[in-house]
Amino acid sequence: MQASHDTHDHAHGDHGDHAHHGRAPGLMGWFTTTNHKDIGTMYLWFSFVMFLVGGAMSLVIRGELFAPGLQYVSPEFYNQMLTLHALIMVFGAIMPAFVGFANWMIPMMVGAPDMAFARMNNWSFWLLPPAAILLTGSLFVPGGAAGTGWTLYPPLSVQMGLGMDMAIFAVHILGMSSIMGSINIITTILNMRAPGMTLMRMPMFCWTWLVTAFLLIASMPILAGAVTMLLTDRHFGTSFFNAAGGGDPVLFQHIFWFFGHPEVYIIALPAFGVVSHVIPAFSRKHLFGYTSMVYAIAAIGLISFFVWAHHMYVTGIPLTGQLYFMYATLLIAVPTGVKVFNWITTMWRGELTFETPMLFALGFLFLFTVGGLTGLVLAITAVDIQLQDTYYVVAHFHYVMVAGALFSAYAGAYFWLPKWTGRMYDEALGKVHFWTSIVFFNVAFFPQHFLGLAGMPRRIPDYATQFTDFNAVSSIGAFGFGFSQLIFLWVVLKNIKGGEAAPVKPWDGATGLEWTLPSPVPYHTFEDPPVITEEHLAAAH
Amino acid sequence: MSNPSASRYFIPQPSLWPMVGSLALLLMASGAVLTMNSIANGGFVLLAGFAVLFYMLFGWFGSVIDESEGGNYNLQVDQSFRWSMGWFIFSEVMFFAAFFGSLFYIRVLSVPELASSAQQLYSGFAGFVGTWPTAGPAAEAAKTEFHAMHATGIPLLNTILLLSSGATLTWAHWGMLAGKRKQLVLGLFLTIALGLTFIGFQAYEYYEAYNHLNLKMTTGVYGSTFFMLTGFHGFHVTLGATMLIVILIRSMKGHFTAERHFAFEAVAWYWHFVDVVWLGLFVVVYWL
Repeated sequence: MQASHDTHDHAHGDHGDHAHHGRAPGLMGWFTTTNHKDIGTMYLWFSFVMFLVGGAMSLVIRGELFAPGLQYVSPEFYNQMLTLHALIMVFGAIMPAFVGFANWMIPMMVGAPDMAFARMNNWSFWLLPPAAILLTGSLFVPGGAAGTGWTLYPPLSVQMGLGMDMAIFAVHILGMSSIMGSINIITTILNMRAPGMTLMRMPMFCWTWLVTAFLLIASMPILAGAVTMLLTDRHFGTSFFNAAGGGDPVLFQHIFWFFGHPEVYIIALPAFGVVSHVIPAFSRKHLFGYTSMVYAIAAIGLISFFVWAHHMYVTGIPLTGQLYFMYATLLIAVPTGVKVFNWITTMWRGELTFETPMLFALGFLFLFTVGGLTGLVLAITAVDIQLQDTYYVVAHFHYVMVAGALFSAYAGAYFWLPKWTGRMYDEALGKVHFWTSIVFFNVAFFPQHFLGLAGMPRRIPDYATQFTDFNAVSSIGAFGFGFSQLIFLWVVLKNIKGGEAAPVKPWDGATGLEWTLPSPVPYHTFEDPPVITEEHLAAAH
Repeated sequence: MSNPSASRYFIPQPSLWPMVGSLALLLMASGAVLTMNSIANGGFVLLAGFAVLFYMLFGWFGSVIDESEGGNYNLQVDQSFRWSMGWFIFSEVMFFAAFFGSLFYIRVLSVPELASSAQQLYSGFAGFVGTWPTAGPAAEAAKTEFHAMHATGIPLLNTILLLSSGATLTWAHWGMLAGKRKQLVLGLFLTIALGLTFIGFQAYEYYEAYNHLNLKMTTGVYGSTFFMLTGFHGFHVTLGATMLIVILIRSMKGHFTAERHFAFEAVAWYWHFVDVVWLGLFVVVYWL
């Protein structure tokens, strides 16, 4: 691969060598870059900054809930915090984090020189800051930010102030970014694979992103339509969600969740992809059941479009509808179970070692499964009617989103960090990060199951006194978890400053084209397609 | 030109256009928020946003056309463009699906529900009949009259116009494939003329609706779905016609060959897409 890099340099002698040898200096270089590695880095940093911003908001929430009664913030501000916390974590932290991984890794994994549309790729990233400005800026306008929860349900969302409009436009811009990013990823995977890299030999991370990008292109425009209708109901006198005009607020819920449920898998599938790389590497075995993994991903993606009303059991949908959505939802457990069992069987009789990426992947495996099982509980209509809008739901989706998606993102970050920076991270610090994270995570969120089962409603800043103890425990866990994340920042900064040089392949069990490249990876890779051999393939059969 | 070798995949130079585009969208969003909430000078911010957006579109598409004419796009790049346009149109289909879905929900579920005996008993909407088209129970109680748009007349004429424009566009395509530049230019010209006539008729229809039929965006769910669906479609036709004009100018300048003309095909796909959406609109908005 080094050879192809050299050829490239010579080939450009007569073209003014400023153009192609690296990023332009300073901030302007980052503004204008068309390099997938630069853009991936920007995505990852952006997502981490937004993660800290959204995390600070969650600490406002948990601070307020430490004790019953109102102590620090007004109920209105509390609602704005929980709304922005969710919007920022979903659209600003988790999604961009995995897009960052996609940008960094997919071209290297399929043997492509860059993303298919390198300049549009830059725009996909640089659309995020305006959206973040609109979202966070809405806190400072008269009336404050949207306080509806991230679901933006009318009639409340039709009544709120201009902070709501800012959230609507932020969603529009984020949607554009996602659609462009997804088109880019799909095209890169379908059209830029090196010769010999057939679809069924492709690394699992690429497969998960192929399906995720499809889900994004199919569902983000639906969300755009939903918030557009909100906007016209708010300002142009339409009646989509207004019963007096013949509309129905529940219509919004249908449209929103037709987007919202695929969105869950948009977040989960790339996380599955990362874990499907980390577990085989540290088990020193190939991924068990590659083909079934691919079909499971496709099945999850497909079914995710047909289950949306399980978020709406208490809206008055007919019994037949409840039954259909219950069975369809439970069906998702089948392909998800295939994946979980495949990861477990990958480890079976492997030579396991437990470096930080593996620890996070195992944390993911245990806790995501817990979140998946509470999801099955919630899918059962009769149970959900009791648990709807309680802390049980909050506990459920935080097990999926934090211990699922976020832990997987950490697994991926520790796994590929040596490839990105060319240096090994501090393993001891990484392990501290993992153990503090997983302990405090469970301290924060496990008690919320009990609170929900006991009937504590979500999205309320105050609660009855019998919920005090578990809330106090949960708040302690949340603060502990929040501050533990700074350890990761420390690890990364330390890694950037220095550290032991990383070999080409720091993990002896890792497979895939990215591990044939030097560490750190040169600015341009695979400008001429590599020759794919069996040993490169993460998916060797 | 960063990729001199034709066998290599073209990776564009660093570019400031995306940044300009992001600035445009930030200005447009802020301007729209200010305007909608009647805060002073919001309109100027909105206009500035549009100005920056048009500047970006001219500059960015200009460089793409230059790169294309400079021979930077090999067949693999061409294939990438094809995939991307296909997926982009799919995303547009899903955008319209949200509004078509809303129309179906409103007609099949929410309006009959509002007229059901349970609602008659418990809501304030007693006496609401719920026959489509309706402006909803409040308007019916206030005896506000409006007239729905008939399918025959302008909508039928518009259907014929758009279908013909699809035919003239295909005829232009045949001209390009056969190397007949005059047929290409004439076909494109006819397509644009038909498209602009469609937009003109649509504007006239809106004028009629507001001034003689008392049919407005505020006319309950019928007005909401009618104007949002036809409005977004009309916006897409305008966009398509603009793109066709660019293709026409490029064709007159001698761009495109019988083998390499992705931009033409992309615009043609887009035009057929708005055509198909119109057929859906004609059936479920105007006719049924």
